[in-house]
Amino acid sequence: MIQLDLNIILPEIVIAVYAMLGLLGAVYTGKDKTAGMLVWLTAALFVAMAFWIGATGDGTNLAFGGMFVDDDFSRFAKVMILLAAAAILLMSQEYMARMGSLRFEYPILIALGTVGMMTMVSAGDLMTLYMGLELQSLTLYILASMRRESVKSTEAGLKYFVLGALASGILLYGASLVYGYAGTTLFSGIIASAEGQAPIGLLLGMVLVMVGLAFKVSAVPFHMWTPDVYEGSPTPVTAYFATAPKVAAMALLARTLYDAFGGVASDWQQVLAVLSVLSMFLGSIAAIGQRDIKRMMAYSTIGHMGFALMALTGGGAFGVQAMLIYMAIYVAMDIGAFTFILTMQRDGQPVTDIASLNNYASSHPARALAMLILMFSLAGVPPFLGFFGKLYVLRAAYEGGFAWLAVAGVIASVIGAYYYLRIVYLMYFGKEGEALDPARSPVLWGILMASAAVMVLGVINMFGIEGLAQAAAMTLVN
Amino acid sequence: MDNVLSITTFLPLIAAGILAIFLRGEDEAAQRNAKWVALIATVVTFLVSLFILFDFDPSNTGFQFVEERQWLLGLKYKMGVDGISVLFVLLTTFMMPLTIAASWNITTRVKEYMIAFLILETLMLGVFMALDLVLFYVFFEAGLIPMFLIIGIWGGKERIYASFKFFLYTFLGSVLMLVAMVAMFTDAGTTDIPTLMTHEFASDSFSVLGIYVVGGAQTLLFLAFFASFAVKMPMWPVHTWLPDAHVQAPTAGSVVLAAILLKMGGYGFLRFSLPMFPVGAEVLTPLVLWMSAIAIVYTSLVALAQADMKKLIAYSSVAHMGYVTMGIFAANQQGIDGAIFQMISHGFVSGALFLIVGVIYDRMHTREIDAYGGLVNRMPAYALIFMFFTMANVGLPGTSGFVGEFLTLVGVFKVNTWVALVATTGVILSAAYALWLYRRVVLGDLIKESLRSITDMNGRERAIFAPLVVMTLLLGVYPSLVTDIISPSVEALISNYDTALADAQINAASQTADISH
Repeated sequence: MIQLDLNIILPEIVIAVYAMLGLLGAVYTGKDKTAGMLVWLTAALFVAMAFWIGATGDGTNLAFGGMFVDDDFSRFAKVMILLAAAAILLMSQEYMARMGSLRFEYPILIALGTVGMMTMVSAGDLMTLYMGLELQSLTLYILASMRRESVKSTEAGLKYFVLGALASGILLYGASLVYGYAGTTLFSGIIASAEGQAPIGLLLGMVLVMVGLAFKVSAVPFHMWTPDVYEGSPTPVTAYFATAPKVAAMALLARTLYDAFGGVASDWQQVLAVLSVLSMFLGSIAAIGQRDIKRMMAYSTIGHMGFALMALTGGGAFGVQAMLIYMAIYVAMDIGAFTFILTMQRDGQPVTDIASLNNYASSHPARALAMLILMFSLAGVPPFLGFFGKLYVLRAAYEGGFAWLAVAGVIASVIGAYYYLRIVYLMYFGKEGEALDPARSPVLWGILMASAAVMVLGVINMFGIEGLAQAAAMTLVN
Repeated sequence: MDNVLSITTFLPLIAAGILAIFLRGEDEAAQRNAKWVALIATVVTFLVSLFILFDFDPSNTGFQFVEERQWLLGLKYKMGVDGISVLFVLLTTFMMPLTIAASWNITTRVKEYMIAFLILETLMLGVFMALDLVLFYVFFEAGLIPMFLIIGIWGGKERIYASFKFFLYTFLGSVLMLVAMVAMFTDAGTTDIPTLMTHEFASDSFSVLGIYVVGGAQTLLFLAFFASFAVKMPMWPVHTWLPDAHVQAPTAGSVVLAAILLKMGGYGFLRFSLPMFPVGAEVLTPLVLWMSAIAIVYTSLVALAQADMKKLIAYSSVAHMGYVTMGIFAANQQGIDGAIFQMISHGFVSGALFLIVGVIYDRMHTREIDAYGGLVNRMPAYALIFMFFTMANVGLPGTSGFVGEFLTLVGVFKVNTWVALVATTGVILSAAYALWLYRRVVLGDLIKESLRSITDMNGRERAIFAPLVVMTLLLGVYPSLVTDIISPSVEALISNYDTALADAQINAASQTADISH
């Protein structure tokens, strides 16, 4: 019996064991000298795991009495998380080495955080949920303050830790309420007691759990930490924050809402609708005034999370499918956008000031074009892939009876278009000014171009993720 | 030639790709190559598009040359043309070589400039051929990106303000249409345009947020599409982006904007608003007619007061588009025939007028009317061409401008005499501002020192205007060339529209009967 259980969580075990061995090995050998190699090794492991999970996974398997669920939905999310984390590692290597902050702990921490995320998306029990969430959060706190000598970085880490601990506390309190009223922490037990007319205490617990998760996806009004942490953290870490953990938290939210609280959908739909509309508008409006591109991307993330939440609000299998597709597209876009930010430097120092992009297109035409595609895609302008993500979400919202939310969403996206256009305007219409350094890293160039190419070529058939996302959504909602 | 439509649409895109990948350098030779590649590509596209015209069967009111492929989300890649759209396709392919030729003097980022125009051509052609709702939207919206860049990079002094205003204004209009499209997709279960044309959307009146909506869902859907097309047309009072965009855009950008992009709004009304939401259209017809009448008079008066030539022509465009919306919503044979004719004719005439401004702007680098005067003394050929297109703009019989204005006025007269009366005053006003512009720029003595050495049009410029003159005259004296192609399709459109309205009335009557029983 136990062996069957262990078989199901084998990918997580492999990565966790790898992290331990990597830590030991690096400490006893060359310490930071091994960091570069470890980064590549970890990325390779992630890609291998993603292929393994994607290729061999089959059906729905429960481990440890239902506490851990391995199904199409969790596998879809895990592949997304692993590939995003691998891309982030590839992006980081050159930048971190240049900044002199490439430590061997970095890939190890990312690996541990990824194990946490994989546990999150497979959670079938409030305990598993919390365990995965905390493993992920703790590594993120440390990653945010990776640059020990930088005040901003340590501040970001501390701020994230304090607020994150508060959110975890709220989530735990909600979980205890749910346990108190349902008598079990298993999702399958909770859903049985939350059918139709749920006790008010259970609903309160559900809302508090949602608050904790809303903090992780930085939905308004639980977004306060996002801009500061994004700005203060080293840029590759910011890129990591914006991608893999968001997928994990969003998938976890979907799983909790459907597996544990599927019987009271009309209650949580209202909560999600409010979170969604606030996130979309705040994300669009607050980003307009930003001068720092990382802060701008933070608000952009908030806005995009609002759209993903809109898909979940719409509900049903199509809503979950739309959310998964939206998140996949969002991750692909953000990896490209952050890669671009990583290449921004002047006199060897990284710059994040938006104004420094002035007249960028005349000195770096290819990269400016890639960024232009990414910006229009983020803004949701056709023919790029970002538009199709929005189309799925709008349809999910409309079919779920939230036409007003769809209208609010498109209006927010018009407001949001302004600040994406501003980047394009600076790059292309700006006057002659001090140019940024030419970047030499072929890896970054490759990732940026690949991301832009995905936005253009994905329009043909979305690389087939449509059917996979549908299968994943069907297993969650039935 | 089973996929002649796709070939026509994507030829310019392929040429743009070739330019982007193979052309290197910024020197004179590279610039010349870029211009020639773009010119040859657009001419070839025009020649290919002639196949569409020759093989087109006007008596068939359905869609022809249809291509269909499955796409994601249950959408389809479906292209086709009917009598309403085929001439817009030809107009686009006809105007593009001329705009490229008019851009011969561009010296900054020539390669990017040509790529932007080639991509724009693909997107514009796609708009007129798409037979899938979302495919249409993709082409319709994506056209904003190259136009945004064309205004922003190669535009005038206020280009940044103008480009942002252009983009955000039209984007806001379009996203509401997107929501309506999602609603239609959900309601009808398909995005296939021919199917949607026969689908009856609910037209029972209901209340939203305390407002009683006559015509129900159809009226709301109509309004959402209207938000997009009215901005694109542009109709008064949402026309304010147009003068800014026109003034700041480079000459070729203005030509494309006036000759082709504005027509997308009118095309949209004919393709979506009338056939798909007849009840909604009927409810709002008086509003649209009066908005058109106001637009014609108001923008003509505004045009009188302009000091900038391009701005004057831009306002005159808004006025002429007023005739188009008026004709479309008259919803009878003359009205819609006239509206389509007016759009085609306006494509040639306004395009030519912007080129005319471009000719002297290239020489003097100003568009102020006061900076000119007495050009006839140094530029006789120019004065002649200018005179010709001024007359066409005014709607002199014998030019294509007359036919469109006359037909739309006849059409609307049958429906609403008062609107026709108000709109007719616009004809007089258009003569006033156009002739006055001509007098101030061309006639009189040449007293300005700076104009003493101005040269007349060169061979390239004359060659650009020649086809436009021919087309304007030809359509003016022999309008059947156009009406023979469009009339059968328009007739089918109107008969479907009337049948749908009658059905809706019977439904509504039977419902009231049910209630009273």
